[in-house]
Amino acid sequence: MKVSMKVNGVSRDGDVEPRTLLVQYVREHLGLTGTNIGCDTSSCGACTVHVNGESVKSCTMLAVQADGCDVVTIEGLAQGGEMHPMQKAFMENHGLQCGYCTPGMVMAAISILKENPSPSEEDVRIGLEGNLCRCTGYHNIVKSVLAAAKS
Amino acid sequence: MIPAPFDYKRASSAAEAISIVSQYGDDAKFLAGGHSLLPLMKLRLAQPAVLVDIARVNDLSYIRDAGDHIAIGALTRHTELERSSLLQQHIPLLSHAASHVGDPQVRHRGTLGGSIAHADPASDLPATTLALGATYVAQGPNGTRQIAASDFYKGFLESALSADEMLTEIRVPKMDGAGWSFQKFNRRAQDWAIVGVAAWRKGSNAGVALVNMGSTPILASSVNQAIAQGASVEDAARLASSEAEPQDDMNASADYRRHLASVLVRRALEQSSR
Repeated sequence: MKVSMKVNGVSRDGDVEPRTLLVQYVREHLGLTGTNIGCDTSSCGACTVHVNGESVKSCTMLAVQADGCDVVTIEGLAQGGEMHPMQKAFMENHGLQCGYCTPGMVMAAISILKENPSPSEEDVRIGLEGNLCRCTGYHNIVKSVLAAAKS
Repeated sequence: MIPAPFDYKRASSAAEAISIVSQYGDDAKFLAGGHSLLPLMKLRLAQPAVLVDIARVNDLSYIRDAGDHIAIGALTRHTELERSSLLQQHIPLLSHAASHVGDPQVRHRGTLGGSIAHADPASDLPATTLALGATYVAQGPNGTRQIAASDFYKGFLESALSADEMLTEIRVPKMDGAGWSFQKFNRRAQDWAIVGVAAWRKGSNAGVALVNMGSTPILASSVNQAIAQGASVEDAARLASSEAEPQDDMNASADYRRHLASVLVRRALEQSSR
């Protein structure tokens, strides 16, 4: 089935089986492997991308459901070699350890700030409930998101 | 994990979706946000031959004041229930319960109609709308019918909907200033409730329903009757499991669930009685 969507600002056309997951489509068809697959059961949030400006778990969405949508992955955040403020905040606050959950954390965090630009620490912790860090490095992740909100 | 192969059809209206599904009968499933159905399909617990995507039926996403009740389109997403000022004003219990479904990513995709049609006893919103005395509107090839929430849930993941019927609207009576509470007991953020309680109370009228206390969402009729007859919160809460048939699973034994239900119903009624 033909699908056509904007991915990181660029129109991309593809031909997929209906059962193709969005995460498979961006990783294997478009070669955007920054989005990770963790649990593959919509629990861990490693595969979080934005669809029409909102965070979604791309392991629990079909590529055909995103047909005609605006999709942003972790690769689409940096502009002209300049990191997105959220990426910068994660770097400056040591918001990652092994890095596996990081793309999903960053995408989820940007969506949180879009809906609530000045969250409390509790808002951030609750907002990130759908993202698991296997290193349990939550302290600095929360710190990073709060720092990004301030900047 | 990737679902087994299926044919994908996209409908632009409820009538079109119903007509497509009617051709395939039990082999076809409606797909809205997909956050109940796709996980089952990945695990091969569901293998529909055809998915009919109804997510783009725009006229089924709304929250409207309809006088004594609020009418909610079946495709309204959890995130919209959570943010709706109309719901926060008239049915705060539903808006609050919606904010406890899954996590933000799930709430960006999942729909109220999808959650109800899926009829999972562990889901928050089937029990919440049951406690609130909601009426569901279903559309089929021969028109629409209304189904009381209390007649809707027939068994584990089974509802009164026939294969070619689609849930189109959820009508929830306004709470009229009633006290309310939503108790969700789980071990980790974003988990399903081990036991959950949705409750409201206004004087001697109360509506209490239970999450994950049997094969369907459970209306705690004995609790509601006891409050109507003037029982204390403590005495009413002891009847929490009268209609329930909880199961053992990896999270909790049936006995533990019964104990939890009494504790949570007591807390919910105390909070609703303030």
